[in-house]
Parts: sequence; structure tokens; C-alpha cells
Amino acid sequence: MDLFLNRVFDGLSNGATYALIALALVMIFKATTLINFAQGEFAMIGAFIVLVLATERGVPMWIAVILAMIIAGLGAAGIERTLIRPFDPADHLPLVIITLGLFLAINAIAGIVWRFDPRRFPELFPSGNALTIGSATLTWYTVGVVCTTLITASLLTLLLNKTKIGLAFRAVSSNLESSELVGVRVGPTLQFGWAIAAAVGALGAAVFVANPVLQLEPTIMIRVLIFAVSAAALGGLDSLWGAIIGGVAIGMVQSIVVPYTPIPNELALATAVIVLLLVLIFKPAGLLGTAAVERV
Amino acid sequence: MSEDTTQNPTPAQAVLHVADLKGGYGQIQVLHGLDFYVNDGEIVVILGANGAGKTTTLRAISGMIATSGTVDLRGESIQGSKAPDIVRKGVAHVPQGRGTLNELSVEDNLRVGAFIRKDNEVDADMERWFDVYPVLRERRNQRAGSLSGGEQQMLAVSRALMSRPDLLLLDEPSLGLAPLIVKDLFDRFAEINKETGMTMLVVEQNAQLALAIADRGYVIESGEIAFDGPAAELLSDDKIRKSYLGV
Ligand SMILES: Nc1ncnc2c1ncn2[C@@H]1O[C@H](COP(=O)(O)OP(=O)(O)OP(=O)(O)O)[C@@H](O)[C@H]1O
Ligand SMILES: [Mg+2]
Repeated sequence: MDLFLNRVFDGLSNGATYALIALALVMIFKATTLINFAQGEFAMIGAFIVLVLATERGVPMWIAVILAMIIAGLGAAGIERTLIRPFDPADHLPLVIITLGLFLAINAIAGIVWRFDPRRFPELFPSGNALTIGSATLTWYTVGVVCTTLITASLLTLLLNKTKIGLAFRAVSSNLESSELVGVRVGPTLQFGWAIAAAVGALGAAVFVANPVLQLEPTIMIRVLIFAVSAAALGGLDSLWGAIIGGVAIGMVQSIVVPYTPIPNELALATAVIVLLLVLIFKPAGLLGTAAVERV
Repeated sequence: MSEDTTQNPTPAQAVLHVADLKGGYGQIQVLHGLDFYVNDGEIVVILGANGAGKTTTLRAISGMIATSGTVDLRGESIQGSKAPDIVRKGVAHVPQGRGTLNELSVEDNLRVGAFIRKDNEVDADMERWFDVYPVLRERRNQRAGSLSGGEQQMLAVSRALMSRPDLLLLDEPSLGLAPLIVKDLFDRFAEINKETGMTMLVVEQNAQLALAIADRGYVIESGEIAFDGPAAELLSDDKIRKSYLGV
């Protein structure tokens, strides 16, 4: 029982980080109806910026995180302007190739700049346990990650539903031509989406590697991205709260289902892919989504 | 008698003045030099068969395609401007197929219609169009995509009017709607025109209904103006009756 509870808590903390990256993916999907394969790498760079600011410049951790989110947002806005906007949004192939290219390029650059050896990441949340039930422990880290994810999703919801730029963003993702015909400037509006997505992604990576049992290295987000893609697809690629549900569900599958079934631990990643396939086959719009997953 | 003044307006009189308008899609030229105008407070209808270039004409005015020639709005050139800037100059375009923002609520569709405005009368305007189309008020929190075709057309018109335009472009509002609903829709256009003086340029295949509420009409054939004249004249013209009124 305690073991089971521990696995639930693990599933929660992993799931909440997948959800954060999935939120970023959903923002990009709303903007482009595509998966940004470089999202995890944007996020990884964000985490390295946090590390550099905090350990080399002595910036307090949460301020470093906020600065990294801003820097990641500005960087993504620049990438949108130079590499994404020049292409026809209806033609998906060039955009997929660009995000794949960005994935490889950013990963290689990070490897050159920071090398591939793992680094310890400072803690973002208090260490120790918030709750002990028998031998099961809920760490402050898990509480922190879950709260961060819920707060982020709530703020994003407010941003999209209560602000003018949010209204413009939803309009563009619903009907590009009608949005232009009511005076929305499509380019800057989508750029805003890219910036927000990158900022959320950077937060996700920082929170993820703040896990005391993990270390930061340039490849760390590749696995996370695969789980996050499955989470986003499961929840419905255009639904913020679907991404949260999907993230937690994938986290639970990974930490509960895998240990209790004959699936070897090494294949945990494959479960994410299997979930993704099942969604594509049986419910392409995901749990809460409106758009069917046609291209990933 | 009034022929002289209505046929040859000075550009300043006209809300919209179009001369030698050419445009198309990539290498394909669709419009081969159109000349027409719309005076203040008029309802002008553009008739034409499928593929004649009616939609392309409206898209050329609202900046959705590349053009050459003259497009003046109240004497000021808008030719070559981008769509979001032309909206800000006072042109609202209800596209063919209504362009509903399906995932947004009815209310958000109207709010986005007021996107260019910075005044604080947006809510008041929304209530005003809810008074004209009460069914939209009932469904204000519903997904716009769940509305019927007729309701979506009302929403599209209200969305366009939320920008407080000088000129309203309507592209085949009757498309896919039942005759009774279409009749009602056009009566309402005439009412809005009478009460607010809203200038309208309407593209239609349903010539009978459109000419009934219009002041003047143009007939486009393969990207050129084939006939034009007062609505009553077009309604009684034999050639036009045969080709476009199906009688
Ligand atoms: N996006 C496009 N790309 C290329 N050609 C187009 C495009 N849209 C329209 N055309 C062509 O331009 C011509 C005029 O089309 P347009 O849509 O303006 O006609 P229309 O008069 O509005 O017809 P309908 O009554 O069917 O709406 C047609 O020959 C059409 O095939
Ligand atoms: Mg048309």
C-alpha cells in the first residue's frame, strides 16, 4: 500500500512536469496546428540559463527562473519571426522540418557550450517531506511541482480568456482569415503564442530538473518531450486543461502501470508511445480537445 | 434625372471608389479592370455567375489579395494596404461562408469584431445587435460553431458591425440558407441600412432578393463589369432577367 502511494506521488510529480511541457505544446498547436519538436530543447536551454544565472551570477533561484522564462520567450519570438513566419502556415512540411532542425541544432549547441556531463541543479522547492503516511512520503518537491503546474495552467487560462491579446490569439487559432478581417495582426499574435510557450517550457524544464534525484544535461528533455507529446495528444492538443489531465495520466501510467505489469522498466517510454497510438486510433480529438490529431 | 450625379460621383461623394481594379491569385488574373463606386448610405449589389469574380472583388477591396488600380475609401487610397489596416480605415468584410470563429463563444465572436476599438461602448453596441438579433443574446455563451447557418450569418453580420464600419461588405449572405430565413435576413439588412445609414456592398447570386433591397447593381462577367444601373432597371431588364433572375 505504501509502495503504491509512493508510486502515485512519483506519478504526480512526473505527470505535472509532463503537463507543463504539454501546456507549451498546446500553445504552439493552437498557433500552428503543429507539434513543436524543439519545445523540449527550448526548455532545456531555459534550465541552463537558470543554472548559469543562479550558480555563476548568484541570482536567487526563482528570479533566475523568471529571467530565464523571459529570455526563452524573447528567443522564441525571434525564432518565430525569422524561421516560422516567412513560411505559409498552411504548408506543414517546411515547418515540421524547421522544428526538427531546431531540435538538432539547439541540442548540438547546448552540447558544445555546456558539454554533455550532468550538472547538479539547485533546489527550487524546500527539501524534505510534506506528508508521511506509513513509509510513503509526499515530498515538498512534488507539492511544489503540482502547485506550479496548476498555477501556470490557471494563469494561462486567464491570459487567453480575459485579455485582449488572449482573445486575438484564440481568434487566430480558430479562423485565421476572419481574424485578419476584424483587424487582428496575425504575425505578432502568433509570435506572442510562441513566446508564452517557450516561457512555460523553460519553467517546466527548471521545475523538472529541480528534482533532487535528477541532474541537468543537454539530452534531459528528449524523454520528457515524448511523454509530453503523448500527454498533450491524450488531453486534446488544443486544450490547456486536457494537457494537465493527460500529463498526470501519462505520469501515472509510467509510475503505476509499468511496475505492476510485466513491461520492463526500460520500456516505460514505449508506454507513452503506445498511449499516443491508442489516442490516434480511438479518440483523435483527445479527451477535451476539439481538433483531431491529423499530423504530429 | 438623377442619372448624372449617381453615375459620375466625385470621389469625395463616394464612400468607395474603384477604378481599373485588377487582381487575382498568383499568376492567375481574375479581375480585369473593374470600375464602380458606392455612395454614402447606399446598398449596392454585385451580381454574377459562379466564378465570375465576385468574391475576388470583395477580397481585393479588403486587402486579402494583391491588386493594382484605384481603391479609394472616402477619397483616401486603401489600395495596397493590408487587411488589418483596411479594417481600421472603416471597411468590414463578412466573408463568403460566414467565417464563424467556431471554437469561440457567440459573445467572444462579437468582442473580436470590436478588436480595433478602444472606446468603452463595446458592451452597449453588443446589446444593440442583440436587440436586432435576439437569438444571439439567448446563445451568447454558446460555442459559435453550434449555431445554425442562419444564426451564424446573423453573428457574422453583427461581428462586422461591431467594428463600427463606414462600409459593410457582404459576400453571399444567402448561401446555404432556407428561403424564409434569407428573406428575413435581407429585410433586416434593409432595416439596418435605413436606421443607421450603413453603406453596404452586397455580393449575391439571389439577384431577385438582393435587387429588391438595393439602390443600384453591377453585373460581373469573367472579371469585368457587364452591366450596371439602378436596381429597378436591372430588375426589369430582359437580358438580366434571363441570365440572372431565371425568368
Ligand atoms: N484561392 C484561389 N486560387 C486560385 N484561383 C481562385 C482562388 N479563388 C478563386 N479562384 C478563381 O477565381 C475565379 C473567381 O472566383 P470567385 O471566388 O471570385 O468567384 P465568385 O464570383 O465569388 O463565385 P461564387 O459565386 O461561386 O462564389 C474563379 O475562376 C476561381 O476558380
Ligand atoms: Mg464567391
